[in-house]
Amino acid sequence: MSIGSAEPIAVEPDPGDPTRSVTVDRALPADQRPLTVVNAKVRIGQRLKDIWTCRELLVLLVRTDLKIKYKSSILGYLWSMLNPALVLAIYFVIFNIISKNGIPQFAIWLFSGLIVWNLFNNAAMTATGVVVGRAGIVKKVAFPRELLALSTVGVAIVLFVIQVGVLILALLVFSHQPSYQFLVLLPLAIVALIIFTSAISIFLSAVNVYLRDTQHLTEVLLMAWFWSIPVVYPYGLVASGLGKFRYVYLADPITPIVMTFERAIYGKTTYIYPAGSTTSHELLPAWGLGPYALLLLVMLVVSIALFFLAMVVFGRLEGNFAEEL
Amino acid sequence: MSAAIEIEDLSKQFRLYNEKYASLKERVIHGGKMPYEPFWALQNVSADINEGETYGILGRNGSGKSTLLKCVAGILKPTSGEVRVRGKLAAMLELGAGMQQELSGRDNIYMNGSLLGLSRSEITRRFDDIVAFAELEQFIDNQVKYYSSGMYVRLGFAVAVNVEPDVLLVDEVLAVGDAAFQRKCLDHVKRFQQEGRTIVVVSHATDVIRQNCERVMVLNHGQVIANDEVGEGIRVFLADLLGVGMSDGEGPEIAHGSNVLALGTVRAEHPGSGSRPHLYPGESLTVTAEIDSLAPVPDAIGGIAIYDDRNELVFASDPDDPLYQVDIPIGGGIMRFDFAEVPLLDGTYSISVNVRSLSRPAVFDLKDQVTQFEVANPGRATGRVRLPLNVSLRLRSSGNTGEVPVVRPVEVGAESSII
Repeated sequence: MSIGSAEPIAVEPDPGDPTRSVTVDRALPADQRPLTVVNAKVRIGQRLKDIWTCRELLVLLVRTDLKIKYKSSILGYLWSMLNPALVLAIYFVIFNIISKNGIPQFAIWLFSGLIVWNLFNNAAMTATGVVVGRAGIVKKVAFPRELLALSTVGVAIVLFVIQVGVLILALLVFSHQPSYQFLVLLPLAIVALIIFTSAISIFLSAVNVYLRDTQHLTEVLLMAWFWSIPVVYPYGLVASGLGKFRYVYLADPITPIVMTFERAIYGKTTYIYPAGSTTSHELLPAWGLGPYALLLLVMLVVSIALFFLAMVVFGRLEGNFAEEL
Repeated sequence: MSAAIEIEDLSKQFRLYNEKYASLKERVIHGGKMPYEPFWALQNVSADINEGETYGILGRNGSGKSTLLKCVAGILKPTSGEVRVRGKLAAMLELGAGMQQELSGRDNIYMNGSLLGLSRSEITRRFDDIVAFAELEQFIDNQVKYYSSGMYVRLGFAVAVNVEPDVLLVDEVLAVGDAAFQRKCLDHVKRFQQEGRTIVVVSHATDVIRQNCERVMVLNHGQVIANDEVGEGIRVFLADLLGVGMSDGEGPEIAHGSNVLALGTVRAEHPGSGSRPHLYPGESLTVTAEIDSLAPVPDAIGGIAIYDDRNELVFASDPDDPLYQVDIPIGGGIMRFDFAEVPLLDGTYSISVNVRSLSRPAVFDLKDQVTQFEVANPGRATGRVRLPLNVSLRLRSSGNTGEVPVVRPVEVGAESSII
């Protein structure tokens, strides 16, 4: 006689299993549970929504990054100030003391532009390597990967806030008067800066997965970029050199933000040098609020456009991250 | 029953680069083009996985099963097609993925939980459970880099099971850790099953799939070769595995192309057991296999193998023993394998039969695990084999009798003949 095919072996509930009595923690009936769709398409709206849903994870990523960064160093968070302070001191000695550029209270001028650059530079530099660096979770866990790039922006923002604190302290110590009228532009400048920085960070983090040169290239380009914006030297110096093409210089997206910070915090548009003479040098354009605001708005629109572009590029490249890493 | 996961016509293409030009210099030299061969890791995979079902994905290494799981989890994006998942999903692809060495166990629980989709307050609520489950109360504020590998895995698992997902994806992690830990994992899988959660298990181990799953998808080179009830699925998988494995040069080649000889229906019979559908240990068993032959095969050898329900080999006949040689005439016949006794204890056993050549390393045909027989042990002996055993007592001082043998030699073997 022949015997039929084997029955599947059913898992017998173990009567002694203490976990049996656990109440079932099911929040929603089947038809109300959220539907997740995975396919080849990139829908930016959905991705932005996912990022928003995971904002707690973003905060946690920023928090842990900061924790790890300063964990085993004795001075800890002090390093986030010591590093820019040293850079500031070097530029001050070279440009103000050795080559005597004659800008009064040069440290304040320098600091007000440098904090803008530091935010952008810190984020872009670390973002480039972040997806590659966190390959472990990218390959094994599903979450919006843009968060990794955004977390580096988050860390840079925290360091920015600390530096702003130091800057305010410096203003009080040197009893330097900022231009209160122009301070209202700072929130707009900061928003534009953060969106622009996010766009660049998201773009670089994705590209570096496929083209590992990006990391080295970014370092070099960022250095060149820094010297192309009016942080160490005044806008007026470039503007007088460029003559009627001076407005081309404003096309650099970081430049209007740096200039707004300098205009608001340093507060003056001209300086007289050598002391006692009547020779006036241009620091910044002597515009009113309007042109500065307009420049920032253009910059904001460009940043938003770049952000969406970066999201599209990231979305295209992201599909194979787990495979490429 | 509604579907928890719908996989619709899913395909995933990878690019196999002959040489990977990851640096700019190499890209420029090659004109920005990288030569690659398209490789389809998944091709037109479709399946509906029901609410509350435990579903297996079975395949050999490189069959695309992990790629499929990653697509379902949303870690990889498919090239075409779609996956729709209803409800909260947690994927256990690697325990403790994303743990930060520098951070404490406490911080890592928050990190890992957030990555798996828990909110901060949810983690706080479950924190004590997680720590208790991982048995790490003393070490929770230590940095993870000081943890042993066991502690590390326990922490990862504790977080993953506390996510309380509607759909759980498990990728062979059940095979990680010591026996006690595996037991704990399986207990949790059982609890999830009882709670009506949907579970997808990916494995290449048929016993894991057979013990846990109701239905199984079998993948081979990215294509679905079976999507069926678990017994049938595993049968297809094993047949495929053996067929392919042998043509890879690891064993004798199956001469399917020649078609000289083909095996037909294989039956297991045990007339000695009367109307019982199962054998008692030690009863006789006869296996018959129909053979169709286009030409006379004088040097054929009948081979038979018996597997237990965990797919482990119990017995395989000697493939080179001339004792099992039969002379097959044109037209074939019915090959008979007679086991005088089957000294096995309880279980369902499956039978594979093949016919091979004595002189050449070729298998004419193979019928793998095509029929089963069951052994039920009426006594209380346990284990796998009933070894013939005598127990006796010899008086210490009498000295008038010789030693009584304690164990009789076992005769396990088969003689084949052609009818």
